[in-house]
Amino acid sequence: MTDDNDQKKQKGGMHRRDFLKLGAGVAGGLVFSGGLGRLAQAADYAPIGNYPAGIKGSSVFMGIAVPRTGPYSAQGEDEIKGYLLAIDHINKGTSLARAYSPHSKKGVLGKMIEYGIADNQTKPNVAVQAISKFISDNKAMMVTGSVSSAVAIAAGKLCDRERTIYLPAITGSNATTGKDCQRYSFRACHFAYTSAKALAPVIKNALGAGKKVAYLTPDYTYGHSVYNSMKQFTEAQGWTTVNNQLPPLGTSDFSTYLLNIANSGADVLVNICFGRDAVISTKQAKQFGLLDKMTLVMPYMAPFFADEVGADLLQGVYGTTEFWWTLAEKNPMAKEFVEDFEKRNGRKPGWSAHIAFLQTMLWARGVESAGTFHPPTVVAEYEKGNTIATDIGDVHWRAEDHQLVRPVFVIRGKKPSDMRNKEDFYDIVEGVPGKDVMPPIEQFGCKLGPAA
Amino acid sequence: MSMPSLPLFLSQLFNGLATGLLLSLISAGLTIIYGTLGVLNLAHGALFMVGAYAGFMALQWTGSFVIAIFGGMVGALVVGLIMERVIVRYYYQRPPEDQILVTFGIGIVITELVRLGFGGIAKPVPVPSWGQGITRIGSLIYPTYRIEMMAIVAVALVGLYVLLYRTRIGMIVRAGIEDSLMVNMLGINVYRVFLLVFGVGAMTAGFAGILNAPILAVTPDMGESFLVMSFVVIVIGGVGSFPGAIVGGIIAGEIISLTSMFSSAYSHVMLFAIMAVLLAVRPQGLFGIEGRE
Repeated sequence: MTDDNDQKKQKGGMHRRDFLKLGAGVAGGLVFSGGLGRLAQAADYAPIGNYPAGIKGSSVFMGIAVPRTGPYSAQGEDEIKGYLLAIDHINKGTSLARAYSPHSKKGVLGKMIEYGIADNQTKPNVAVQAISKFISDNKAMMVTGSVSSAVAIAAGKLCDRERTIYLPAITGSNATTGKDCQRYSFRACHFAYTSAKALAPVIKNALGAGKKVAYLTPDYTYGHSVYNSMKQFTEAQGWTTVNNQLPPLGTSDFSTYLLNIANSGADVLVNICFGRDAVISTKQAKQFGLLDKMTLVMPYMAPFFADEVGADLLQGVYGTTEFWWTLAEKNPMAKEFVEDFEKRNGRKPGWSAHIAFLQTMLWARGVESAGTFHPPTVVAEYEKGNTIATDIGDVHWRAEDHQLVRPVFVIRGKKPSDMRNKEDFYDIVEGVPGKDVMPPIEQFGCKLGPAA
Repeated sequence: MSMPSLPLFLSQLFNGLATGLLLSLISAGLTIIYGTLGVLNLAHGALFMVGAYAGFMALQWTGSFVIAIFGGMVGALVVGLIMERVIVRYYYQRPPEDQILVTFGIGIVITELVRLGFGGIAKPVPVPSWGQGITRIGSLIYPTYRIEMMAIVAVALVGLYVLLYRTRIGMIVRAGIEDSLMVNMLGINVYRVFLLVFGVGAMTAGFAGILNAPILAVTPDMGESFLVMSFVVIVIGGVGSFPGAIVGGIIAGEIISLTSMFSSAYSHVMLFAIMAVLLAVRPQGLFGIEGRE
């Protein structure tokens, strides 16, 4: 139950020699970026959200609200590490930052990123309080962070009302860019629909036809979304759904749900639980003998699941992920990210760190390309849907629902004897291109609000 | 949804008993302290967690789960005794809201200290070698460790009962509840007895914590949900009643298990609904005595 808004200043690179800052004048002033000669005149835009109050100084504030307590805290802590890495690269204007955002020098439009970190406790109301503080007290120009979709959706609504850009990190619910989509919010990770569509054909090939499936579904928007999408795509390929158990988020004893599944006659167990719930439920499923007679499938594989349940349990388990560190073997940007992360933190990044890093980089790029922090202009820049080179390949934003069109990685747990190091848990079976798995825009009922 | 099959019904009935007994044990610690000292100890969940961590450390050092169980008990006992001596004893005469606030605060401090020391990622406590595998009882398939846990918990509950109701110390404790001044005048240091009671309550929580560690994830906030559950249990059973905690625990376990056969999403809702009904009909709980403060 910490309530830390620990604010830290990024001291590194505060003297921006690459920049020539001209007389501040009115509202934020005129920033002239030396080499590129692009102009951004704050005075041209009417005030909106924290603009121009949030860009008057030599820095901009980024509010990070992640779960540091509760069932998703391990992922929340990893997100923080991803944000810090991105901020450091952006503020120093490294080659990795410029690979994402070619216009970048040091900082974003010459302003150093300052940040605050708050614990959202995996609770929407706590997240909303923390983010309100970031927006009103710190004049945040961007707010980010989430592991629970319930939190991401609540935060998205608040930031849309405040005309402040909100970038969720982990959120798997179809609703986030569906019926709860927001003009000021952009999701970069894969989600229920894209995961299920990418995964279903792979598990059909691997496990065969006519399987009977039981689900363990956390009882909130994320769980229901993944359940619905998995049901849709597995039933379309001839599998049947025989049971669905709905434990609440944060369950510690799954025995009663597992007994119902044990008696359901299923031969595939689809475990949708995430974070610590995924770890506990899977361990208990093993203890109840379920994994001896059912194949485990984790459609939305949580970061650190492998580390916590151990490789023995993981062998042959299928799932999807946003990122896996072996992508570094194919993509130089991924290589630089993974190596630098490992150097700083002594372990490989989870996809929680990666999505935090990616969202921050894409934001820096969006602002640099827009040439201003003016929120509606930045939103319009995102909505252009330009192709962007990233460490997961080329991606682009879909203007209609603000979902990043991006690959989904289907992974399979390795045999312990095949692991090359202690974190080599998965094979990437397939990187399914984003365009092949995106839902039709109308499917999840996204209606974006006005920009101003 | 169709009617559950007989094997499933029997499985869930057994599971209700197994999970219920564990709830009984945790709730017993809470209710002993409340019944004797009148303090509702909101740090009880934290003591449960301390037991799991102390046991985890003992397991790391010795590799023996039996020693880990003692480690968990001793860890929670020590923390409980310090709590009582340093803070809680000054609150015996204070209004209940002060006691609730101070114990709640202590719980947060303990949780955050553990988080500081151990981090937020779950610590592994494997099922002991003698608890590995699955046991078949007729059509029922159940983890061996959970069956052994039932037996251990049953023995512990009997032990607590004997201590409280069949020994001289227990008599003094119960006399102290009725009239601590009189007990004092008889030359018995009632505050030492109170310390003992607080210690026993804490130790019970720690014992439950380490016993549960192999089936749960050992994390700093693992006690939170158990604190809530143990409240429900003692409200059902009667606040401050030892038999009430046992029966309340089993009833709670059965409600959750049996409801889940029909609708898993409503199993916890049903528990709270039944608690609410019971509070309306019999506010003192099943075994509570009406009007006792």
